[in-house]
Amino acid sequence: MSIDLKTIKHISKLSRISVDEKKAEKLAGDLNSIFDFIEKLNELKTDNVEPLTSVAETTLKLRSDEVKSKNLRDQVIKNSPKENEDYFVVPKVIE
Amino acid sequence: MSDITKQSLSDLVENIKSKKLSSSEVTKAFVERSEKSKELNAYITEDYTNALNKAKKFDEKPNLDLKLPGIPMAVKDLFCTRDLKTTAGSKILNNFVPTYESTVTQNIWNEGAILMGKLNCDEFAMGSSNETSFFGNVQNPIDKNLVPGGSSGGSSSAVAAQLTPITIGTDTGGSIRQPASFTGTVGLKPTYGSCSRYGIVAFASSLDQAGPMAQNVKDCALLQEVISTYDEKDSTSIDFKRNEYSKELTKDIKGKKIGIPKEYRVDGMPKEIEDLWKKGIEYAKDCGAEIIDISLPHTNYALPTYYIVAPAEASSNLARYDGVKYGFRAEGENLIDMYEKTRSEGFGAEVQRRIMIGTYVLSSGYYDAYYLKAQKVRKLIKNDFDDAYKKVDAILTPSTPSSAFKIGEKTNDPVSMYLNDIFTVPVNLAGLPGISIPAGHDAKGYPLGLQIIGKAFDEQNILNIAYAMEEKINFKNNITDWWIK
Repeated sequence: MSIDLKTIKHISKLSRISVDEKKAEKLAGDLNSIFDFIEKLNELKTDNVEPLTSVAETTLKLRSDEVKSKNLRDQVIKNSPKENEDYFVVPKVIE
Repeated sequence: MSDITKQSLSDLVENIKSKKLSSSEVTKAFVERSEKSKELNAYITEDYTNALNKAKKFDEKPNLDLKLPGIPMAVKDLFCTRDLKTTAGSKILNNFVPTYESTVTQNIWNEGAILMGKLNCDEFAMGSSNETSFFGNVQNPIDKNLVPGGSSGGSSSAVAAQLTPITIGTDTGGSIRQPASFTGTVGLKPTYGSCSRYGIVAFASSLDQAGPMAQNVKDCALLQEVISTYDEKDSTSIDFKRNEYSKELTKDIKGKKIGIPKEYRVDGMPKEIEDLWKKGIEYAKDCGAEIIDISLPHTNYALPTYYIVAPAEASSNLARYDGVKYGFRAEGENLIDMYEKTRSEGFGAEVQRRIMIGTYVLSSGYYDAYYLKAQKVRKLIKNDFDDAYKKVDAILTPSTPSSAFKIGEKTNDPVSMYLNDIFTVPVNLAGLPGISIPAGHDAKGYPLGLQIIGKAFDEQNILNIAYAMEEKINFKNNITDWWIK
Protein backbone atom coordinates (compact mmCIF):
# COMPACT_ATOMS: atom_id res chain seq x y z
CA MET A 1 0.00 0.00 0.00
CA SER A 2 1.23 3.44 -0.81
CA ILE A 3 0.05 6.87 0.25
CA ASP A 4 0.58 9.28 -2.64
CA LEU A 5 0.78 13.06 -2.64
CA LYS A 6 -2.86 13.36 -3.68
CA THR A 7 -3.91 11.39 -0.60
CA ILE A 8 -1.67 13.55 1.60
CA LYS A 9 -3.36 16.67 0.21
CA HIS A 10 -6.76 15.11 0.92
CA ILE A 11 -5.87 14.19 4.53
CA SER A 12 -4.34 17.62 5.03
CA LYS A 13 -7.63 19.20 4.00
CA LEU A 14 -9.61 16.95 6.34
CA SER A 15 -7.15 17.70 9.16
CA ARG A 16 -7.24 21.46 8.53
CA ILE A 17 -3.45 21.53 8.42
CA SER A 18 -1.91 23.36 5.48
CA VAL A 19 0.82 21.40 3.72
CA ASP A 20 3.20 22.67 1.04
CA GLU A 21 4.90 20.43 -1.56
CA LYS A 22 8.04 19.84 0.48
CA LYS A 23 6.13 18.98 3.64
CA ALA A 24 3.76 16.74 1.66
CA GLU A 25 6.65 14.70 0.33
CA LYS A 26 8.20 14.29 3.76
CA LEU A 27 4.81 13.30 5.21
CA ALA A 28 4.19 10.78 2.43
CA GLY A 29 7.52 9.10 3.22
CA ASP A 30 6.86 9.03 6.97
CA LEU A 31 3.28 7.83 6.64
CA ASN A 32 4.24 5.09 4.21
CA SER A 33 6.85 3.68 6.58
CA ILE A 34 4.37 3.87 9.46
CA PHE A 35 1.64 2.17 7.44
CA ASP A 36 4.03 -0.57 6.31
CA PHE A 37 4.46 -1.26 10.00
CA ILE A 38 0.71 -1.11 10.68
CA GLU A 39 -0.11 -3.52 7.83
CA LYS A 40 1.11 -6.32 10.10
CA LEU A 41 -2.39 -6.45 11.52
CA ASN A 42 -3.64 -8.00 8.27
CA GLU A 43 -1.91 -11.25 9.28
CA LEU A 44 -4.67 -11.75 11.83
CA LYS A 45 -8.14 -13.10 11.11
CA THR A 46 -10.59 -11.04 13.15
CA ASP A 47 -13.95 -11.74 11.49
CA ASN A 48 -15.58 -13.07 14.65
CA VAL A 49 -13.89 -10.77 17.15
CA GLU A 50 -15.91 -8.10 18.91
CA PRO A 51 -14.17 -4.70 18.73
CA LEU A 52 -12.98 -3.33 22.07
CA THR A 53 -14.18 0.24 22.40
CA SER A 54 -13.44 0.79 26.09
CA VAL A 55 -11.50 -1.09 28.72
CA ALA A 56 -13.51 0.58 31.47
CA GLU A 57 -16.31 -1.89 32.06
CA THR A 58 -18.66 0.57 33.61
CA THR A 59 -22.07 2.01 32.94
CA LEU A 60 -22.42 5.75 32.86
CA LYS A 61 -23.75 7.17 36.10
CA LEU A 62 -26.59 9.64 36.08
CA ARG A 63 -26.42 12.89 37.98
CA SER A 64 -28.74 15.83 38.45
CA ASP A 65 -28.42 18.53 35.82
CA GLU A 66 -27.14 21.45 37.86
CA VAL A 67 -24.82 24.28 36.98
CA LYS A 68 -21.81 23.94 39.26
CA SER A 69 -19.16 26.16 37.74
CA LYS A 70 -19.01 29.87 38.41
CA ASN A 71 -19.35 32.53 35.76
CA LEU A 72 -15.84 32.63 34.32
CA ARG A 73 -16.71 34.60 31.19
CA ASP A 74 -14.02 37.23 31.58
CA GLN A 75 -11.26 34.72 32.31
CA VAL A 76 -12.36 32.47 29.47
CA ILE A 77 -12.52 35.37 27.00
CA LYS A 78 -9.08 36.52 28.16
CA ASN A 79 -7.53 33.33 26.74
CA SER A 80 -8.80 34.20 23.27
CA PRO A 81 -6.23 35.36 20.70
CA LYS A 82 -8.68 38.02 19.52
CA GLU A 83 -11.78 39.25 21.30
CA ASN A 84 -14.17 42.14 21.19
CA GLU A 85 -15.92 42.73 24.52
CA ASP A 86 -17.92 39.51 25.07
CA TYR A 87 -17.19 37.87 21.73
CA PHE A 88 -14.51 35.76 20.07
CA VAL A 89 -13.40 37.41 16.84
CA VAL A 90 -12.79 35.39 13.66
CA PRO A 91 -12.24 36.39 10.02
CA LYS A 92 -15.41 37.46 8.24
CA VAL A 93 -17.48 34.44 7.10
CA ILE A 94 -20.50 36.13 5.49
CA GLU A 95 -19.89 38.49 2.61
CA MET B 1 19.75 19.80 57.53
CA SER B 2 22.02 20.28 54.56
CA ASP B 3 20.90 17.58 52.17
CA ILE B 4 17.15 18.14 52.13
CA THR B 5 16.81 17.43 48.42
CA LYS B 6 18.42 14.01 48.86
CA GLN B 7 15.63 12.89 51.18
CA SER B 8 12.81 10.68 49.97
CA LEU B 9 9.26 11.98 50.01
CA SER B 10 8.41 9.69 52.92
CA ASP B 11 11.34 11.08 54.96
CA LEU B 12 10.41 14.67 54.14
CA VAL B 13 6.80 14.05 55.22
CA GLU B 14 8.06 12.48 58.43
CA ASN B 15 10.47 15.36 59.11
CA ILE B 16 7.80 18.01 58.52
CA LYS B 17 5.31 16.13 60.69
CA SER B 18 7.80 15.85 63.52
CA LYS B 19 8.72 19.53 63.01
CA LYS B 20 12.35 18.77 62.30
CA LEU B 21 11.87 20.63 59.02
CA SER B 22 9.48 23.37 57.97
CA SER B 23 7.74 23.53 54.61
CA SER B 24 9.68 26.75 53.91
CA GLU B 25 13.03 25.03 54.45
CA VAL B 26 12.07 22.14 52.21
CA THR B 27 10.55 24.32 49.50
CA LYS B 28 13.53 26.67 49.53
CA ALA B 29 15.93 23.75 49.14
CA PHE B 30 14.11 22.35 46.10
CA VAL B 31 13.63 25.81 44.56
CA GLU B 32 17.35 26.56 44.94
CA ARG B 33 18.35 23.26 43.40
CA SER B 34 15.88 23.76 40.56
CA GLU B 35 17.30 27.22 39.91
CA LYS B 36 20.80 25.79 39.70
CA SER B 37 19.61 23.12 37.27
CA LYS B 38 18.27 25.19 34.39
CA GLU B 39 20.61 23.41 32.00
CA LEU B 40 18.50 20.26 32.28
CA ASN B 41 15.54 22.23 30.85
CA ALA B 42 13.18 20.18 33.02
CA TYR B 43 10.81 23.10 33.68
CA ILE B 44 8.59 24.91 31.20
CA THR B 45 7.06 27.26 33.79
CA GLU B 46 8.60 28.09 37.16
CA ASP B 47 6.34 29.26 39.97
CA TYR B 48 8.95 29.57 42.72
CA THR B 49 7.85 32.85 44.31
CA ASN B 50 4.31 31.61 44.78
CA ALA B 51 5.62 28.31 46.07
CA LEU B 52 7.77 30.01 48.72
CA ASN B 53 4.83 32.19 49.77
CA LYS B 54 2.55 29.18 50.03
CA ALA B 55 5.17 27.35 52.12
CA LYS B 56 5.41 30.33 54.48
CA LYS B 57 1.65 30.37 54.80
CA PHE B 58 1.60 26.65 55.48
CA ASP B 59 4.19 27.04 58.26
CA GLU B 60 2.14 29.78 59.94
CA LYS B 61 -0.73 27.34 60.42
CA PRO B 62 0.55 23.87 59.58
CA ASN B 63 -1.95 21.06 59.17
CA LEU B 64 0.22 18.06 59.94
CA ASP B 65 -2.59 15.53 59.49
CA LEU B 66 -2.36 15.86 55.73
CA LYS B 67 -0.60 13.23 53.61
CA LEU B 68 1.71 15.69 51.83
CA PRO B 69 2.10 18.47 54.44
CA GLY B 70 3.82 21.46 52.84
CA ILE B 71 5.66 19.27 50.32
CA PRO B 72 6.78 21.20 47.20
CA MET B 73 6.10 19.52 43.89
CA ALA B 74 6.49 20.27 40.19
CA VAL B 75 4.09 18.50 37.81
CA LYS B 76 4.02 17.59 34.12
CA ASP B 77 2.74 20.46 32.01
CA LEU B 78 -0.12 18.34 30.72
CA PHE B 79 -2.15 18.90 33.91
CA CYS B 80 -4.28 22.03 33.87
CA THR B 81 -3.44 24.27 36.80
CA ARG B 82 -5.82 27.12 37.57
CA ASP B 83 -4.29 30.54 36.83
CA LEU B 84 -0.93 29.02 35.84
CA LYS B 85 0.00 28.62 32.18
CA THR B 86 -0.46 25.08 30.86
CA THR B 87 1.18 24.37 27.50
CA ALA B 88 1.22 20.58 26.93
CA GLY B 89 4.68 21.26 25.47
CA SER B 90 3.05 22.95 22.45
CA LYS B 91 3.30 26.31 20.75
CA ILE B 92 -0.45 26.15 20.17
CA LEU B 93 -1.07 26.38 23.95
CA ASN B 94 1.88 28.66 24.63
CA ASN B 95 -0.28 31.30 26.31
CA PHE B 96 -3.13 29.20 27.69
CA VAL B 97 -4.09 29.89 31.32
CA PRO B 98 -6.69 27.38 32.55
CA THR B 99 -9.69 28.58 34.51
CA TYR B 100 -9.93 25.20 36.23
CA GLU B 101 -7.74 22.66 38.00
CA SER B 102 -7.26 19.02 37.04
CA THR B 103 -8.75 16.61 39.58
CA VAL B 104 -5.44 14.83 40.08
CA THR B 105 -3.53 18.02 40.93
CA GLN B 106 -6.44 19.26 43.07
CA ASN B 107 -6.21 16.03 45.09
CA ILE B 108 -2.50 16.71 45.60
CA TRP B 109 -3.01 20.31 46.80
CA ASN B 110 -5.87 19.13 49.05
CA GLU B 111 -3.31 16.96 50.88
CA GLY B 112 -1.08 19.96 51.54
CA ALA B 113 1.44 19.87 48.67
CA ILE B 114 2.66 23.07 47.03
CA LEU B 115 3.05 23.67 43.28
CA MET B 116 6.61 24.67 42.27
CA GLY B 117 6.18 24.69 38.50
CA LYS B 118 5.28 22.84 35.34
CA LEU B 119 7.59 20.25 33.82
CA ASN B 120 8.61 19.77 30.22
CA CYS B 121 7.10 17.00 28.11
CA ASP B 122 6.76 15.89 24.52
CA GLU B 123 4.20 17.97 22.64
CA PHE B 124 0.74 16.69 23.65
CA ALA B 125 2.61 13.73 25.22
CA MET B 126 3.42 12.41 21.73
CA GLY B 127 6.98 11.18 21.90
CA SER B 128 9.41 8.87 23.68
CA SER B 129 12.35 11.23 24.17
CA ASN B 130 10.97 14.67 25.11
CA GLU B 131 12.42 15.93 21.82
CA THR B 132 9.05 16.91 20.33
CA SER B 133 8.52 19.61 22.98
CA PHE B 134 8.19 23.16 21.62
CA PHE B 135 10.27 24.19 24.64
CA GLY B 136 13.31 22.16 23.68
CA ASN B 137 14.67 18.79 24.69
CA VAL B 138 15.40 17.84 28.28
CA GLN B 139 18.68 16.38 29.45
CA ASN B 140 18.90 13.15 31.36
CA PRO B 141 20.76 13.79 34.64
CA ILE B 142 22.52 10.46 34.08
CA ASP B 143 24.45 11.89 31.11
CA LYS B 144 24.40 15.19 29.25
CA ASN B 145 23.83 13.66 25.82
CA LEU B 146 21.05 11.27 26.78
CA VAL B 147 17.32 11.74 26.41
CA PRO B 148 15.34 11.41 29.66
CA GLY B 149 12.67 9.35 27.88
CA GLY B 150 9.22 10.61 27.12
CA SER B 151 6.73 11.85 27.07
CA SER B 152 7.09 12.61 30.80
CA GLY B 153 10.78 13.51 30.28
CA GLY B 154 10.80 16.72 32.31
CA SER B 155 9.20 14.75 35.13
CA SER B 156 11.69 11.87 35.03
CA SER B 157 14.64 14.25 34.77
CA ALA B 158 13.36 16.39 37.66
CA VAL B 159 12.80 13.42 39.98
CA ALA B 160 16.12 11.77 39.14
CA ALA B 161 17.98 15.10 39.56
CA GLN B 162 16.09 15.76 42.83
CA LEU B 163 14.56 19.04 41.67
CA THR B 164 11.24 17.83 43.08
CA PRO B 165 10.78 15.12 45.73
CA ILE B 166 8.15 13.40 43.60
CA THR B 167 6.00 14.18 40.58
CA ILE B 168 3.15 13.06 38.38
CA GLY B 169 3.25 12.14 34.72
CA THR B 170 0.78 10.72 32.25
CA ASP B 171 1.08 7.44 30.38
CA THR B 172 -0.72 6.69 27.10
CA GLY B 173 1.70 4.09 25.71
CA GLY B 174 4.59 4.11 28.20
CA SER B 175 5.12 7.80 28.94
CA ILE B 176 5.61 7.24 32.69
CA ARG B 177 7.33 3.85 32.70
CA GLN B 178 9.81 4.40 29.85
CA PRO B 179 11.23 7.72 31.21
CA ALA B 180 11.34 6.18 34.71
CA SER B 181 13.37 3.32 33.26
CA PHE B 182 15.72 5.73 31.42
CA THR B 183 16.46 7.74 34.57
CA GLY B 184 16.66 5.08 37.27
CA THR B 185 13.40 6.12 38.92
CA VAL B 186 10.09 4.44 39.76
CA GLY B 187 6.97 5.11 37.67
CA LEU B 188 3.45 3.69 38.02
CA LYS B 189 0.81 3.65 35.29
CA PRO B 190 -2.42 2.94 37.16
CA THR B 191 -5.42 0.96 35.88
CA TYR B 192 -7.48 2.86 33.34
CA GLY B 193 -10.22 4.60 35.35
CA SER B 194 -8.20 4.76 38.58
CA CYS B 195 -7.10 8.40 38.28
CA SER B 196 -9.41 11.03 36.86
CA ARG B 197 -8.60 12.39 33.41
CA TYR B 198 -10.49 15.62 34.16
CA GLY B 199 -8.27 18.60 33.40
CA ILE B 200 -5.51 16.61 31.71
CA VAL B 201 -4.86 17.82 28.17
CA ALA B 202 -6.28 14.91 26.17
CA PHE B 203 -4.16 12.80 23.82
CA ALA B 204 -5.85 9.39 23.39
CA SER B 205 -8.78 9.22 25.76
CA SER B 206 -9.19 5.43 25.90
CA LEU B 207 -5.52 5.03 26.90
CA ASP B 208 -4.47 8.13 28.91
CA GLN B 209 -3.80 7.68 32.64
CA ALA B 210 -2.03 9.88 35.18
CA GLY B 211 0.39 8.30 37.63
CA PRO B 212 3.17 8.93 40.16
CA MET B 213 6.92 9.09 39.44
CA ALA B 214 9.24 8.77 42.42
CA GLN B 215 12.64 7.89 43.84
CA ASN B 216 11.31 4.72 45.41
CA VAL B 217 8.28 2.42 45.57
CA LYS B 218 7.01 3.62 48.95
CA ASP B 219 6.84 7.24 47.76
CA CYS B 220 5.09 6.07 44.63
CA ALA B 221 2.49 4.22 46.70
CA LEU B 222 1.87 7.29 48.85
CA LEU B 223 1.26 9.56 45.87
CA GLN B 224 -0.96 6.97 44.15
CA GLU B 225 -3.08 6.88 47.29
CA VAL B 226 -3.54 10.66 47.00
CA ILE B 227 -4.26 10.96 43.29
CA SER B 228 -6.54 7.97 42.77
CA THR B 229 -10.12 9.00 43.50
CA TYR B 230 -13.48 8.44 41.87
CA ASP B 231 -14.47 11.57 39.98
CA GLU B 232 -17.88 12.30 38.54
CA LYS B 233 -16.28 14.82 36.18
CA ASP B 234 -14.64 11.96 34.24
CA SER B 235 -17.21 9.59 32.73
CA THR B 236 -14.63 6.77 32.58
CA SER B 237 -13.56 7.19 36.22
CA ILE B 238 -14.33 3.94 38.02
CA ASP B 239 -15.90 3.74 41.45
CA PHE B 240 -13.99 0.92 43.16
CA LYS B 241 -12.60 0.46 46.63
CA ARG B 242 -9.18 2.10 46.66
CA ASN B 243 -6.52 0.95 49.09
CA GLU B 244 -4.37 3.10 51.30
CA TYR B 245 -1.51 1.87 49.17
CA SER B 246 1.37 3.14 51.31
CA LYS B 247 -0.10 1.85 54.57
CA GLU B 248 -0.92 -1.55 53.14
CA LEU B 249 2.46 -1.88 51.45
CA THR B 250 4.21 -5.14 52.33
CA LYS B 251 7.34 -6.99 51.22
CA ASP B 252 5.65 -10.29 51.90
CA ILE B 253 4.96 -11.64 48.41
CA LYS B 254 5.55 -15.26 49.27
CA GLY B 255 3.64 -17.60 46.98
CA LYS B 256 2.66 -14.87 44.51
CA LYS B 257 2.57 -16.29 41.00
CA ILE B 258 4.55 -14.19 38.54
CA GLY B 259 4.23 -14.85 34.82
CA ILE B 260 7.07 -14.57 32.29
CA PRO B 261 5.66 -14.00 28.80
CA LYS B 262 7.81 -15.66 26.15
CA GLU B 263 6.69 -13.22 23.42
CA TYR B 264 8.54 -10.38 25.16
CA ARG B 265 11.80 -12.00 24.08
CA VAL B 266 11.79 -9.90 20.91
CA ASP B 267 14.14 -10.12 17.92
CA GLY B 268 17.26 -8.07 18.30
CA MET B 269 16.78 -7.47 22.01
CA PRO B 270 20.19 -6.61 23.51
CA LYS B 271 21.70 -9.30 25.69
CA GLU B 272 21.86 -6.81 28.57
CA ILE B 273 18.08 -6.61 28.61
CA GLU B 274 17.76 -10.38 28.49
CA ASP B 275 20.25 -10.66 31.37
CA LEU B 276 18.43 -8.04 33.39
CA TRP B 277 15.19 -9.92 32.94
CA LYS B 278 16.82 -13.17 34.11
CA LYS B 279 18.21 -11.36 37.14
CA GLY B 280 14.73 -9.98 37.81
CA ILE B 281 13.33 -13.50 37.77
CA GLU B 282 15.95 -14.53 40.35
CA TYR B 283 15.11 -11.54 42.55
CA ALA B 284 11.41 -12.44 42.39
CA LYS B 285 12.21 -16.02 43.35
CA ASP B 286 14.37 -14.80 46.24
CA CYS B 287 11.34 -12.88 47.48
CA GLY B 288 9.37 -16.11 47.57
CA ALA B 289 7.42 -15.66 44.35
CA GLU B 290 6.62 -18.57 42.09
CA ILE B 291 7.68 -18.10 38.46
CA ILE B 292 5.38 -19.41 35.74
CA ASP B 293 5.95 -19.31 31.98
CA ILE B 294 3.03 -17.76 30.15
CA SER B 295 2.11 -16.74 26.64
CA LEU B 296 0.70 -13.43 25.40
CA PRO B 297 0.43 -14.46 21.75
CA HIS B 298 -0.66 -11.11 20.27
CA THR B 299 2.17 -9.04 21.79
CA ASN B 300 3.69 -8.36 18.36
CA TYR B 301 0.49 -6.73 17.20
CA ALA B 302 0.25 -4.27 20.07
CA LEU B 303 2.36 -1.48 18.56
CA PRO B 304 0.62 -1.48 15.15
CA THR B 305 -2.72 -1.47 17.00
CA TYR B 306 -1.59 1.41 19.18
CA TYR B 307 -0.46 3.43 16.16
CA ILE B 308 -3.99 3.29 14.81
CA VAL B 309 -6.00 3.73 18.02
CA ALA B 310 -3.90 6.50 19.59
CA PRO B 311 -3.59 8.75 16.50
CA ALA B 312 -7.28 8.23 15.68
CA GLU B 313 -8.31 9.45 19.12
CA ALA B 314 -5.69 12.20 19.01
CA SER B 315 -6.91 13.54 15.67
CA SER B 316 -10.36 13.86 17.18
CA ASN B 317 -9.18 15.33 20.51
CA LEU B 318 -6.88 17.85 18.84
CA ALA B 319 -9.60 19.12 16.49
CA ARG B 320 -10.41 21.67 19.21
CA TYR B 321 -7.21 23.65 18.56
CA ASP B 322 -8.47 26.07 15.96
CA GLY B 323 -7.06 29.42 17.08
CA VAL B 324 -10.46 30.82 18.04
CA LYS B 325 -11.16 30.51 21.76
CA TYR B 326 -7.68 30.06 23.21
CA GLY B 327 -4.11 29.40 22.25
CA PHE B 328 -2.01 30.44 19.28
CA ARG B 329 -3.59 31.91 16.13
CA ALA B 330 -2.00 32.51 12.74
CA GLU B 331 -3.89 35.09 10.68
CA GLY B 332 -5.42 33.90 7.43
CA GLU B 333 -7.31 35.28 4.46
CA ASN B 334 -10.54 33.63 5.58
CA LEU B 335 -11.74 31.34 8.35
CA ILE B 336 -10.55 28.06 6.77
CA ASP B 337 -7.20 29.59 5.87
CA MET B 338 -6.84 30.77 9.47
CA TYR B 339 -7.58 27.26 10.80
CA GLU B 340 -5.13 25.62 8.43
CA LYS B 341 -2.31 28.08 9.09
CA THR B 342 -2.91 28.06 12.84
CA ARG B 343 -2.66 24.27 12.99
CA SER B 344 0.25 24.09 10.58
CA GLU B 345 2.30 26.66 12.50
CA GLY B 346 1.01 25.79 15.99
CA PHE B 347 1.60 22.03 15.99
CA GLY B 348 5.05 20.43 15.67
CA ALA B 349 5.97 17.77 13.11
CA GLU B 350 5.21 14.68 15.22
CA VAL B 351 1.80 15.96 16.28
CA GLN B 352 0.92 16.82 12.68
CA ARG B 353 2.06 13.37 11.60
CA ARG B 354 -0.17 11.69 14.16
CA ILE B 355 -3.18 13.89 13.36
CA MET B 356 -2.75 12.93 9.70
CA ILE B 357 -2.48 9.19 10.50
CA GLY B 358 -5.55 9.44 12.72
CA THR B 359 -7.55 11.39 10.16
CA TYR B 360 -6.64 8.89 7.49
CA VAL B 361 -7.60 5.77 9.46
CA LEU B 362 -10.93 7.34 10.40
CA SER B 363 -11.69 8.67 6.91
CA SER B 364 -14.43 7.36 4.68
CA GLY B 365 -13.49 4.05 3.08
CA TYR B 366 -10.65 3.25 5.50
CA TYR B 367 -12.43 3.09 8.85
CA ASP B 368 -13.17 -0.66 8.75
CA ALA B 369 -9.76 -1.62 7.35
CA TYR B 370 -7.84 0.27 10.02
CA TYR B 371 -9.75 1.58 13.00
CA LEU B 372 -12.25 -1.25 13.36
CA LYS B 373 -9.52 -3.81 12.70
CA ALA B 374 -7.36 -2.25 15.42
CA GLN B 375 -10.22 -2.32 17.92
CA LYS B 376 -10.68 -6.02 17.22
CA VAL B 377 -6.98 -6.76 17.69
CA ARG B 378 -7.10 -4.70 20.87
CA LYS B 379 -9.73 -7.15 22.10
CA LEU B 380 -7.40 -10.08 21.31
CA ILE B 381 -4.59 -8.39 23.24
CA LYS B 382 -6.85 -7.88 26.24
CA ASN B 383 -8.00 -11.51 26.00
CA ASP B 384 -4.35 -12.63 26.15
CA PHE B 385 -3.95 -10.87 29.51
CA ASP B 386 -7.32 -12.17 30.80
CA ASP B 387 -6.19 -15.72 29.99
CA ALA B 388 -2.78 -15.21 31.59
CA TYR B 389 -4.33 -13.86 34.79
CA LYS B 390 -6.20 -17.14 35.27
CA LYS B 391 -2.78 -18.61 36.05
CA VAL B 392 -0.73 -15.76 37.53
CA ASP B 393 -1.07 -12.77 39.87
CA ALA B 394 1.31 -10.47 37.98
CA ILE B 395 3.64 -10.41 34.98
CA LEU B 396 7.33 -9.48 34.92
CA THR B 397 8.97 -8.00 31.80
CA PRO B 398 11.72 -5.53 30.93
CA SER B 399 10.39 -1.93 30.82
CA THR B 400 12.13 -0.99 27.58
CA PRO B 401 14.08 -2.77 24.83
CA SER B 402 17.18 -0.61 25.48
CA SER B 403 18.67 1.91 27.89
CA ALA B 404 18.38 5.67 27.23
CA PHE B 405 19.55 6.67 23.75
CA LYS B 406 21.34 9.80 22.61
CA ILE B 407 19.63 13.09 21.87
CA GLY B 408 18.95 13.22 18.11
CA GLU B 409 19.61 9.50 17.60
CA LYS B 410 16.07 8.51 16.63
CA THR B 411 14.40 11.77 15.61
CA ASN B 412 14.48 11.02 11.87
CA ASP B 413 12.98 7.57 12.09
CA PRO B 414 9.49 7.59 13.62
CA VAL B 415 9.11 3.80 13.56
CA SER B 416 12.36 3.16 15.46
CA MET B 417 11.20 5.76 18.01
CA TYR B 418 7.84 3.98 18.34
CA LEU B 419 9.58 0.63 19.00
CA ASN B 420 10.70 2.00 22.36
CA ASP B 421 7.23 1.39 23.71
CA ILE B 422 7.03 -2.26 22.68
CA PHE B 423 6.82 -3.56 26.28
CA THR B 424 4.65 -0.79 27.69
CA VAL B 425 1.98 -0.28 25.00
CA PRO B 426 0.15 -3.63 25.53
CA VAL B 427 -0.55 -2.59 29.12
CA ASN B 428 -2.34 0.60 28.02
CA LEU B 429 -4.31 -1.25 25.35
CA ALA B 430 -5.56 -3.68 28.00
CA GLY B 431 -6.15 -0.90 30.57
CA LEU B 432 -3.96 -2.59 33.19
CA PRO B 433 -1.65 -1.16 35.87
CA GLY B 434 2.11 -1.40 35.33
CA ILE B 435 5.08 -0.20 37.33
CA SER B 436 8.69 0.27 36.23
CA ILE B 437 11.42 -0.07 38.83
CA PRO B 438 15.14 0.48 38.32
CA ALA B 439 16.85 -2.91 38.32
CA GLY B 440 20.40 -2.51 37.06
CA HIS B 441 22.78 -0.79 34.67
CA ASP B 442 23.98 -1.59 31.18
CA ALA B 443 27.68 -1.70 30.20
CA LYS B 444 27.71 2.10 29.79
CA GLY B 445 26.38 2.56 33.30
CA TYR B 446 22.92 3.70 32.16
CA PRO B 447 19.94 2.53 34.21
CA LEU B 448 17.61 -0.25 33.09
CA GLY B 449 14.12 -0.95 34.38
CA LEU B 450 11.89 -3.92 34.98
CA GLN B 451 8.14 -3.73 34.57
CA ILE B 452 5.57 -5.48 36.73
CA ILE B 453 2.11 -5.66 35.17
CA GLY B 454 -0.93 -6.34 37.34
CA LYS B 455 -4.58 -7.27 37.06
CA ALA B 456 -6.99 -4.38 36.69
CA PHE B 457 -7.36 -2.49 40.02
CA ASP B 458 -4.61 -4.59 41.59
CA GLU B 459 -2.15 -1.71 42.12
CA GLN B 460 -1.50 -2.87 45.67
CA ASN B 461 -0.19 -6.22 44.47
CA ILE B 462 2.27 -4.81 41.92
CA LEU B 463 3.40 -2.16 44.40
CA ASN B 464 4.07 -4.93 46.93
CA ILE B 465 6.05 -6.99 44.41
CA ALA B 466 8.00 -3.87 43.38
CA TYR B 467 8.62 -3.03 47.06
CA ALA B 468 9.95 -6.51 47.80
CA MET B 469 12.13 -6.64 44.69
CA GLU B 470 13.44 -3.10 45.26
CA GLU B 471 15.04 -4.24 48.49
CA LYS B 472 16.75 -7.21 46.82
CA ILE B 473 17.90 -5.15 43.82
CA ASN B 474 19.31 -2.36 46.00
CA PHE B 475 19.73 -0.07 42.98
CA LYS B 476 21.96 3.01 43.20
CA ASN B 477 21.67 5.78 40.63
CA ASN B 478 24.95 7.24 39.31
CA ILE B 479 24.22 10.94 39.26
CA THR B 480 27.15 13.31 39.59
CA ASP B 481 25.40 16.72 39.47
CA TRP B 482 27.51 17.54 36.35
CA TRP B 483 25.08 20.30 35.36
CA ILE B 484 25.62 22.29 38.57
CA LYS B 485 28.47 24.72 37.99
